[in-house]
Formats: sequence, structure tokens, C-alpha cells
Amino acid sequence: MNGVYRPEVYTPCILLRMSIANTLLGLLESGPKYGYDLKRLYDESFRQDRPLHYGQVYSTLSRLLRNGLVEEKGIEPGDGPDRKRYAITDAGVTNVAEWLGTPENPSLYLQNTLYTKVVLALLSGRSATDVLDAQRAEHLRAMRRLTTRKTDGDLADQLICDHALFHLEADLRWLELTAARLDELAGQLKP
Amino acid sequence: MEPTGGALLSAVDLRKSFGPTQALDGAGMDLYAGEVVAVMGPSGSGKSTLLHCLAGIVQPDGGEVRYAGRVLSAMPDRERSALRRTDFGFVFQFGQLVPELTCLENVALPMRLDGVRRGPAEKLAREWLDRLEVGDTADKRPGEVSGGQGQRAAVARALVTEPRVVFADEPTGALDSLNGERVLRLLVAAAKESGAAVLLVTHEPRVAAYSDREIVVRDGKSRQVGFAAAEPARSPR
Repeated sequence: MNGVYRPEVYTPCILLRMSIANTLLGLLESGPKYGYDLKRLYDESFRQDRPLHYGQVYSTLSRLLRNGLVEEKGIEPGDGPDRKRYAITDAGVTNVAEWLGTPENPSLYLQNTLYTKVVLALLSGRSATDVLDAQRAEHLRAMRRLTTRKTDGDLADQLICDHALFHLEADLRWLELTAARLDELAGQLKP
Repeated sequence: MEPTGGALLSAVDLRKSFGPTQALDGAGMDLYAGEVVAVMGPSGSGKSTLLHCLAGIVQPDGGEVRYAGRVLSAMPDRERSALRRTDFGFVFQFGQLVPELTCLENVALPMRLDGVRRGPAEKLAREWLDRLEVGDTADKRPGEVSGGQGQRAAVARALVTEPRVVFADEPTGALDSLNGERVLRLLVAAAKESGAAVLLVTHEPRVAAYSDREIVVRDGKSRQVGFAAAEPARSPR
């Protein structure tokens, strides 16, 4: 466990948890679902490296329930523990809309979150182009700040900024490519 | 938040087709004095056609181009040509220098076409070549200098008449990263210093990062972004 709570590890863990909570909320927008269905839909829709653990689904749902973002919609008794259906609340819908409308801080390796946002926007009938455009604008703002620092700075500044600029440019190329393939992606996501 | 005051150059609902291909389908944008605006978009999205319409090189089928309170797209060809010589400067990706002339003569050319005598025209041209850090290319022909040097001479030629608008279409597209950056930095610095607005067509995000804001063109339609993020530096002219 040594080193697990270093800031660079801990912060992405929190961000990932928020991302999963918002994604599960978004998946509930099409109608109430059992935890099992949510897990299956999540794994099928977002193709993360590892499938979501049941424990993670239920702990996330309890937190969402506590915060008033989901509510219980019926219980199905069975041999084991009772199965609960969850529905998104109005506050939950607002939460999803705000999350999708807020660009991510440009940083490395955020493609997974971006891809999730694009897919969720398409699945929920929102504009994926708006999601991509907001992100493009945010990336370019970051690139402008770095370009100004580079222009005013010394060689070390230039090299450090160039490193970040090339990475951000790679993200932007991905955004552009995805924008060109949205129709194709939307077609593949249709049930 | 959109900048207050009138735009220097505007496209309003521009439409343009080349045969069956619709290059512009209701594109619109504003350019304010002294700002650098990047026009971005994939290949074939219509960004170069938008630039050509705004510069009066191509006549739109529909819509209007307005420049300094006048409808540029309604002007006769001769008037538009005169305006391009006096008020606009151009930097393209390739081949805009006349190969038979020296770099100095190339930079002096727009002034010579406007009736300025050779002596004063070449004196100013030399100053601009020095400013763009390529004074040593003055007596060489474009074929005898490197791509980066030639492009800096082209920037000098675009700025020598102190235009109000510089149109730059992929100005660094044929250069490596380092030379491209040098050209861009000099172009933006010189334009800012002289108060010229720059319309920078590019598909490269690192080039667009030199702009104050960007316009995205897709399928012949444009989208203005970035007003809230960057209040353009405007200098009255």
C-alpha cells in the first residue's frame, strides 16, 4: 500500500469515482434500472479496461441515494437479498447535464472520460458536437496560456511548454477525428 | 461576451458552390481591428473558401462581406483589387514569391505596384526584411533561400504596406516545427505592433494557439468561439 495516497494517485482516483457516479446517473436517464442492469450497460457501452465491480456499483448507488440524485423505484423479493430498482431524480438529471456541459481540465490521459462523455451525449440525445467543441475551446485556452509563457520565457520554458503543447495537440487531433466520426459512432450505438 | 464596437471585416450568411460542391453554407464571422483569429476545421470544410471570400478574391453566391462599413462583395472587381493592394496583406503556404525577382524586389513589389518609386520602396523593404531577421536574403532569389527564409520574406511583403488585415492561409504548413514557429511568432508580433488584424487559416492546433480566439468551420458552416476567454487586443486605426 506504500505510496497509494500520493496526490498524483489519489486525485485521479477521486475523479474516476465522480466520473463513474455521473455515468451511472446518465444511464438511468432512459428509465429505472437494477444495479445488475446498470453494471452490464456500463461495461457494454464504455469498454473500460476493466469491468465495473458490483461492489462499486452498489456503493455508488447508495451514495447517489443519500445525496438525493437517485430514488428507489420498487423492490423485487428473491431467494437472496431483495433487488432494488433505482430511478434518477430531477436533481440527478441536472447533475448529469452540468457534468456533460463542464469541460475537463486539460490533462494527460483523459481520453477515457472524454470518450464516455461523447457516448453518453449520443445515448441521451444530447449534442456530442457541443461536448467536443467545449473541450476543444478549453484545450485551446490551455494551449494559448502555454504559448504566451513560451513566447515570453527562456529555452527551458519553451521546452517544458512544448512538451505540454504537443500532448494537448494530440488530444485536439483526437477531438477533431471524433467529431468527423460522430454519425458513424451514433449509428453503432443504436440498439 | 462579444467585443463592443463594429467589426472591421464581417462575413454574413455566406454561400458558395463550386459545381455540385457546396463549399460555404451560411458561414458567418467577424474580425475586429488588431485581433488574431484562427479559422480551424478539417480539410474540405470550407475554411480557405471563407478566407478567399473575405479577401475579395472569390465572389460569394449569396450573403455579404462587409469591410470598414462597405459591402466588399458588391464592389466591382477593379475596386476590390485596389483594396487588396492597399488594405490587405497575404501569406500563403507555397509559392507566393515571384521566382525571377530577388527577395528585396519581392517585398518592394506591392509598393511598386501602388506607384511608389524604387528607391523609397526598396529602402522600406530592406527594413522589413531586417525586422523579419532575413536581411541577408535581400539580393537572393527565392530559389536560393531556405523555405523558412522565403516564408519570412513573404511575411515582410504582406506587412510592408501596413495593411489593416493580413490573410494567412496555412502559413507554416510547408515548414518544420522550429521554422514554422519562428515565422508565426514574427508574423503575430509584427501584426500586433502595426495594429493589423490577422485571419489565420490552419488545421494545426499549435498554430491556432497563437491566436486570440478561433472560428471552427465544418461542412461550410462556421462557429465563433473564444470571445469570453480572450478579449481581443484592439488598437484604433
